[in-house]
Formats: sequence, C-alpha cells, structure tokens
Amino acid sequence: MAALTQEQTLIREQAKSWMTEQYPVRKFREMRDSGNPLGFSQDTWQGMIDMGWSGILVPEQYGGSGLGYQTFGLVLEETGRQLTASPLFASAYAGATALLVSGSDQQKQDHLPHIVDGSHIMTLAIDEGPRHAPLQTALRAERKGAGFVLNGTKTFVHEGLAATHLIVAARTSGSVGDDHGLTMLIVRADSDGIARNRLSTADSRGYANIGFDHVEVPADAALGEIDAGYASMDAILDRCRAGIAAEMLGTASQAFDMTLEYLKTRVQFGQVIGSFQALGHRAADLFSAMELSRSCMEAALQAIDGDADNIAELCSLSKARTGEFLHEMSNQLIQVHGGIGMTDEFDAGFYLKRARVLETAFGNQAFHRDRYATLLGF
Amino acid sequence: MAQDQLADFRAEVREWLAANFPASLNGRGMAIMDAAFSDGAMQDEAAQWRARLAERGYGAPTWPKEYGGAGLTHPEARVLGDEMAKVGAFNPIPMLAGMGVTMVGPTVLEYGTEEQKRRHLPGIASGEVRWCLGLSEPNAGSDLASLTTRAVDDGDSWRVNGQKVWTSGADRSQWCGALVRTDPDAKKRDGISFLMVKMDQPGIRARPIPLIAGASPFCETFFDDARAEKDDLLGPLNEGWSVVKRLLQHERQSQTSAGGPASGPTVTIQEMARKYVGTNERGELGDADLRTRLAKHLMDAAAHGLTGERITAEARGKVEVSAAASILKNSATVVAQTRAELTLEMMGHQGLGWEGDGFTSGELAAVRGWLSGKAMSIYGGSFEVQKNIISKNILGLPETTQKG
Repeated sequence: MAALTQEQTLIREQAKSWMTEQYPVRKFREMRDSGNPLGFSQDTWQGMIDMGWSGILVPEQYGGSGLGYQTFGLVLEETGRQLTASPLFASAYAGATALLVSGSDQQKQDHLPHIVDGSHIMTLAIDEGPRHAPLQTALRAERKGAGFVLNGTKTFVHEGLAATHLIVAARTSGSVGDDHGLTMLIVRADSDGIARNRLSTADSRGYANIGFDHVEVPADAALGEIDAGYASMDAILDRCRAGIAAEMLGTASQAFDMTLEYLKTRVQFGQVIGSFQALGHRAADLFSAMELSRSCMEAALQAIDGDADNIAELCSLSKARTGEFLHEMSNQLIQVHGGIGMTDEFDAGFYLKRARVLETAFGNQAFHRDRYATLLGF
Repeated sequence: MAQDQLADFRAEVREWLAANFPASLNGRGMAIMDAAFSDGAMQDEAAQWRARLAERGYGAPTWPKEYGGAGLTHPEARVLGDEMAKVGAFNPIPMLAGMGVTMVGPTVLEYGTEEQKRRHLPGIASGEVRWCLGLSEPNAGSDLASLTTRAVDDGDSWRVNGQKVWTSGADRSQWCGALVRTDPDAKKRDGISFLMVKMDQPGIRARPIPLIAGASPFCETFFDDARAEKDDLLGPLNEGWSVVKRLLQHERQSQTSAGGPASGPTVTIQEMARKYVGTNERGELGDADLRTRLAKHLMDAAAHGLTGERITAEARGKVEVSAAASILKNSATVVAQTRAELTLEMMGHQGLGWEGDGFTSGELAAVRGWLSGKAMSIYGGSFEVQKNIISKNILGLPETTQKG
C-alpha cells in the first residue's frame, strides 16, 4: 500500500467501512435475486453520491473535490472487494475522464456538475464486437448540416440501460482498422433511433447492446477533435484500464483473504488444510502475485496523477498483471473452498463471474501483452 | 536543515574525491576488482585508492568511526555513492573483504562484544581481511539446522571438526564465520553457536569446487582438529541460530536485486531479440510465441522493479515495513532465470557455446550466466524455503507437516 495523505487515508477508511457495513456482498445478492434490470440498486448509487465519490475526479469549479486518480482507486478497490454495484465507475470515473481529457469548457460545464450530483449517468460506448478493439470501430457518423447522423451498433456498454448520455466512438472517415477518422460524440441516450437491449450477464451487472439507427446529433456533440480522436480516446481508455485494475485488485484481494481464512480454519485429515505444504506454497505464490500486481496498479494511477510520459506502458502493465492475478485467484478461491465453493449460497461464485467480466473489459491480458510489446518496440 | 547538511556533505565529498581519486582508475572498476578478487590485493594506484578510502572510513561508510567506518547516515552514504559514480570511482573494499562488509560486519556490530568489534571490524572496513562463511554442510543445505560440524571446549580453546561446503572464497580468506554444534544433546536449533575461526592453520583445508558454469569461488572446507580462540564466539553460547538468522537477513538484502551492477552501455533483451529473431513488416518479432513470452517476462521484471520502489517509498513515508519485502528474493530469481533462458532461446545455436572463436563474448557470457544463475533459487534460502517463510511468517499459516 502506497504512502497515503491524511485525506486519502480518511477516504479509504470511509469507503471500507461504508462498503463492508452498509453495502456488503449480501446487498449485491439481494439485488441479483430481485432481478433488478439495471444491475444496481438506486439506494446504493445515491449513497455513493452522498459520500462524495462521484466527484473525486471532478475539479472543485465543477462541484467535485478534484482529488485525482489514486484517490478514486482507493474507493474502487473497496467496491471491488464487496462487489458493490453502481454506475460509479462508468459515469464518475470513465465518463468524467472522457470530459476531463477531451471536453471543451462548455461540455465540462454542461456535464461534470451533473455527474457529481448523479443527474447524468454517462458511459463509454466503444466496442462493437465480442473483444476490445477500439481501432475496429465501424459505427458511422456522417455529416448532416452542422451535425452528424449515426448508424451502427455498440456492444457490452457498461450501465447501458441506466445511462442518460453515451460517449460514442464513431468513424467519421477512413475505414475499419485505421487510427485516423475516429471521433468521439456525446449522445443523449433517449435520442430518437436508439435501441437499448439489456444483456443478462454472468456477473448480474448492468450491460446493454445499443443500436443506432439514423440518430441525429448537433455539431457540439463532438468531444475533442473530429477525425483525430484516437489519441485522446486511447488516453481515456488507459485511465479506464488503470481504474478497472484497482477494482480488480480489490476483488482479488478479497478472494485472497477469504481463501487464507479458509486455509486456517478448514480441518481435514485431522489438521487445518493450511498446514499442507502444497497449499502453503500456493498461498505464498498468490500473495506474491498480489503484491507484485499492487505495485503495478499503484504505479499506473500515480503516473496518471503525475502526468508521466509512460502512462500507456504502465496502464497495460497494470491491467495485464492485475488481470492475471485475479484470474488465478478467482479460480483458487473456488478450488480451495472445494464443494462449498461450487454452491450458489456461498459468495465465491460471484467473485469468479465478476473476475472474467473485469478481465475482459478494456482489453484482456492477451490484448495488453500485445500492446506492451508494441509500446516497447518489438 | 537536513537538506542543507546533505548539500554541505555533498560538497565535502566532491572535494575529497577530486583530491584523492586517481583519474587513471576512472571506469576501470570492474577490471581492477576482478583482478583483485583473484589476487586478494591491488596494485599501484588502485592500492593507493583502497588505502585512502579505508583511511577515510568510506569502505564501510555507515559503520561507526571507531570501528573503521565513517559514521555516515544512510542518506549521506547514498550521496557518497552518487558522487563516486559521477566521477567513475568505485569501492573495492566490500569485494576485497569477501563476506565481511555485507554480512559478517553488520552481525558483529549487532552481536559482538566491544573487544570483538575493535579486533575484527577495522580489518574488514579497510579491505585487508577477507572473510568467508561456513554455514552449509554436505548434509545440511536447506535444512541448515541439521548441521554436524562440532566445536568442543577443551579448556584453552575450541576444537573444531567437520566439513563445510559452498564456503565462497574460503581458499583466499583469512577468517571464517562458522556455524558449529556446541551442544549435541539439545534440540537441533538450540545447540548451535557462531564461531569465528582463523583460516591460516594446519587443521583447515579449503578446496575449490568447479561448477556447471566452470571455475567458481565456491569451496569445500575441512576442519580437522582446527582451533578457535575462546573469545571468538559471536553472540551467546548455543544461540548461534538467532545470530545466523540475522546474518541471513543481511544476505537476502544483498540478493533482492534482479540485475547486477550496471557496467557500461547494456543491450536490452528486446533489442537482442530483434537482432537474433528478426521482425515482420509490422516491426513485431518474427516468433509470435517468443514475443508473448518476452512481453510477459518484461512485465514480470517491471512488476519486480516497481515493488522494490514501492517498498522504498513506503519506508520513507513511515508506513509499517511492507510484507511485500518477503517476496523480493523469489521474484528476483524468477526474473533473472527467465531472462537467461529467453536470451539463450533467442540466440539459438549461438547461445550454446562454451568457449572459442565461434561465439561472441556476449554469447559466451550468456551461457555462463544462464548456468551460474541456476544457483539463485538454491542459495540464501531456496525457492521452496522462501515460500515456507512467506506462508508461515507472513500469512500466519501453521507450520507445515514437514519437520524443520
């Protein structure tokens, strides 16, 4: 754990106690069992807004606290630990990031205060196929008068049903695969021509596929440069990768704690199973992977706050390493718990299912190993 | 205030280096130290430089002045290191002293009597007395506490009989810090003492051991009615196990770096891969499988490096010492051994030379480094012992069902 400021320590402690006391995994289970189509309960989300977490990235002039990415990471670790479901990441982290990286003053004024108070839920709509591939963007945005007309499909949009605004990656020129010709557009989710289809996913959270059929947007919908939006889009995605890594490490750390506790209490063959060397060594391996991942996760968020010149490298490192650890840890959570781990009544399954969704979001381990190699010149 | 003092100290060091470091030695540190390691001494200007360092206490700069150090704080010692590096200077004393500066000295400082400190530390700090360590035995490796070398009190002195192995530099050392059994009836960790033994005597014979990588500094050392002075016991009688645990902590501290000291421009492993394997039209390595594994390795290396930095930063911020420190030895080992394997693999047949003109010096060094690197997961607490330590001491899991 990095050395924290007093304010950060306070926020971390608040987040930890709020999440474990008021919105523990049991709340997530209740939400799932209720069949809530949004994938989160409104009172959880309102509670987070009241805690001030929706304003952590937003500068004070727009109603937030402007505490930055490392601070937000502390909260995301805790939501990851308790699987606390809400639009906090999609809107207050990813949405706010898009505006901070690319937004005009007017756009910031129009949206950031509403992100903070929860009246806008903004989310990124980037991917169009089963795998993360921003360059494969095919959704067309064609000029019509001063504005654009959008046609195409976006898949697996986080909080796609709850969102009030979509930040859409669109192709304004060029062809699929080109890095030139990409533009980001802010689109009202209730615009004519938008069809939102709820996805029922393994992790029981809110996702939607979204169709765009002649959706018209005004000229000022463009977020950042027209045709040359790829660089800032990648910068936004990198910040999302670093944030998801913080949530992933939280999820994995909780799985580690549950597993370690079980190793110390479960008795078989007349002794606690943690006294078997095979399991002791496995725990040591998992602990090592956890500590190494933490270093990468913290370094990436630190680099973002410090505007370092190796953000892309560190974000791929963080997403890949944390993903590898979460992958293995979520499997071992089930394995070490044995039969009980297979039951729906026990929480292990929630962690396993959530793990794969988080790994897949914004590029899985393979995506980031490939990107890392490219960034390092081989 | 503290910053001002450091700035003053920096100026003082610069002035001293300008007056005392012979410019002719600039950049020759590695070569001079290699030669001195074999000879045990240095020549001409290098010898003068050693003497000047020793006189100033800069050989072991953080040790107290009265024992041959300079009494520097750690920040001051870092300034000294920085300034020496800037002018191409080097400190040969830790190498000349064998295990003296890095391991024996710090342990004597902690456990030694006043008389022992005055007798042993100045020779180490000046680089004139080389120490080896007699810990492992043929039947006591990872299970070190099962050692059987005996020391018997015969009134005037200790009489030592037994055999040690992996005594690095024993054939060139003046002293040996040996772990010996002084109470054969006690439980195995309770009957052990730490004894300092003079090497130049008829009862001791050291024989170098050639290794898979060729010649090595390692020896096997035989004690045949060897003698040690009564007051050369370090720490209390039969409490050598706690002495050696501290000593091994000093060893681990010196082993957690995945790379050696930088010497001149180094070629990165990815540049080497591009050269040996070639690239496709997109600039990617021609061997996609190797490319993925190389990326994964470089991520492991970055994660290891960042963890070291994180631990340092946490120590500065006075957060409690991170449990993460316990993982560094194994992660350094994985990084170094994987790098060696990948290097050989990308070199293909050129990465399998033993000697001769068919191979570049870099290729030959890669082979020897690959072989000698296999020791990293064996010494200083093997890979498996490190995992035992993490699971027991850090995670609080019960003692494993194995004995030990």
